[in-house]
Amino acid sequence: MIALILRDLRLAIRAGGGFGQGLAFLLILATLIPLAVGPRADLLAPVAPGVLWLGALLASLLSLDRVFALDLEDGSLDLLATSPVPAEGVALAKAAAHWLTTGLPLTLAAPALGPLLSLPASALPWLALSLLLGTPALSFIGTFGAGLTVGLKRGSLLLSLLVLPLYIPTLVFGAELARRGATGLPLLTPLALSGGITLGCIAVLPFATAAVLRVNLR
Amino acid sequence: MTLSVTNLSCRRGEAVVLRGVRLSVARGAALVLRGPNGAGKTTLLRTLAGLTPPVSGDVAPERCAYAGHADGLKAQLTVGEALRFWAAIFGGADVGPAVRAFDLEPLLDRRAAELSAGQKRRAGLARLVLTGRPVWLLDEPTVSLDTDNVTRFAAAIRAHLAGGGSAIIATHVDLGLTDATTLDVGQFAAGTATMQDDPFAEAVE
Amino acid sequence: MTARRSIWDLANPRRFMGWSGAALPWAWTLATLLSATGLTWGLFFTPEDFRMGHSVKIIYVHVPSAFLAINAWMMMLVASLIWLVRRHHVSALAARAAAPVGLVMTAVALATGAIWGKPMWGTYWAFDPRLTSFLILFLFYLGYVALWQAIENPDAAADLTSILCLVGSVFALLSRYAAQFWSQGLHQGASLSLDAQENISDVFWFPLVLTMAGFVALFVALVLLRTRTHIRRRRLHSLSLKARLA
Repeated sequence: MIALILRDLRLAIRAGGGFGQGLAFLLILATLIPLAVGPRADLLAPVAPGVLWLGALLASLLSLDRVFALDLEDGSLDLLATSPVPAEGVALAKAAAHWLTTGLPLTLAAPALGPLLSLPASALPWLALSLLLGTPALSFIGTFGAGLTVGLKRGSLLLSLLVLPLYIPTLVFGAELARRGATGLPLLTPLALSGGITLGCIAVLPFATAAVLRVNLR
Repeated sequence: MTLSVTNLSCRRGEAVVLRGVRLSVARGAALVLRGPNGAGKTTLLRTLAGLTPPVSGDVAPERCAYAGHADGLKAQLTVGEALRFWAAIFGGADVGPAVRAFDLEPLLDRRAAELSAGQKRRAGLARLVLTGRPVWLLDEPTVSLDTDNVTRFAAAIRAHLAGGGSAIIATHVDLGLTDATTLDVGQFAAGTATMQDDPFAEAVE
Repeated sequence: MTARRSIWDLANPRRFMGWSGAALPWAWTLATLLSATGLTWGLFFTPEDFRMGHSVKIIYVHVPSAFLAINAWMMMLVASLIWLVRRHHVSALAARAAAPVGLVMTAVALATGAIWGKPMWGTYWAFDPRLTSFLILFLFYLGYVALWQAIENPDAAADLTSILCLVGSVFALLSRYAAQFWSQGLHQGASLSLDAQENISDVFWFPLVLTMAGFVALFVALVLLRTRTHIRRRRLHSLSLKARLA
């Protein structure tokens, strides 16, 4: 499993797609929003946590269709399925690698983009914390969706249709945590729920992903 | 006996294509699957590998190493990295013997994107050695190999057999394996579908 | 015909085609009678609400469709579980058959809610928890239906959609809670419940119960009809497959 994570990281670095594109996407989004909404800080600041969260969510979605599709194409997925590593382990490793290549860099970069959207400095740690807690859930849910659609041609639109509704609770609690952090409201509830959803996803979804992978490989 | 199955039925998609398959390979022996395209050679191999669950009968995928049409190589990784990765996945064997068996020494630091089709095939097949599993399931292993490489490949198979392994090979090429048995897959072709294939056979007249 | 040994025999495709064919006319009759009576009574023979006026009458469509929107998903969840555990093919197809009906019911609930919302709250749409939950439910239905349509192999489609339904149910529930947490609502509490003191008065209640029963019968009829259609399509599909192979 560690070997699989390391391989995926190495591929992400070599292929150039993994780290770079998601971050570039978030940067573009953070640039376009003020251009669309107007430069007034009193308009931007309240929506900034939500916008950055939405950006992270979409950036995470962008790279999902590659999670299993490339491995299916070149036969690696067949080989992995016949290996001693259980399918649940493959699902876990794939989701972990996806988070390390998208969720983690987004978590680190989003606070740097906060000032572009007039987000006060005091809100930045909360934004980072909410993304740190929430983005792993996005990767695990997304990996499940990628497993569901892996055998399908033109599956990427369907993938968004399946995955985005599943993202809703994570988005609501994550963005709420960032917003409450920014305005100094009590934030124990969204904090606990964000963490809870992520832990639940990590614990349960690899089994669902493994089940759908087995169906799609047979 | 390294691998023996009886009364195995295999499905491809929704259709049961093979029924009542019986085959066995002994230690050091090879079994060559013959049959026209679509006879179910690939289906049989995928079932034996545990990728497609059999409709009936038992398989032993934990003793089988499967190599399909694709080589499982990543264009961005070097051959050495790929082999070490698969070795780690299959329990951390030393890559040395595999490299020697398929003469991959000069290619270890080359990325798969730079390899010729034949070199890729060799690198893909070298993975079989790394699995440490006795029964190799090979689906058209000589596709895209030239005569030299076919000879080299046949030698690697013979070495595997001499070491007590066995192989089930779907191929149209004569690999020069002296004591290989041939099995015509066509004889197991599933005839008319029964209730088990079509759950609604009796529901609608 | 042998005596029925267990309830699962009803899921045998042959038996299912038998009893569902016999039950369909009854379901249609019941659906027509109950809905027509309930709607006529509700729309023409009930007084106007002292607060909501004439517009209250939309509850005779709104409440039953909202009720079915949720319960169709519940039925799909149960059918999916039965398919995953017991591998009854009819069950998988019944879940498939129910999804578009649930989707339409959700759309009807949303549309009638919006039409009702305009005179009541002065807006067609507000991000109220209940409204948001229904919108989210609509998205879940869309994804489920789209997944069924995208996969060619029927058994694989049944497996994948069942797992999606299971996972989706958990997330739909979480989303509902999230929506509640995220906004305080305009929507009044449930109009019908067994323990609430504040039930709507009996004048409205009887026709409403009739229309709800009528909608349930309509749902049953539609699901039976669609399941039978799917069974025939499966049969046709495998016959043509067999013809191709032969």
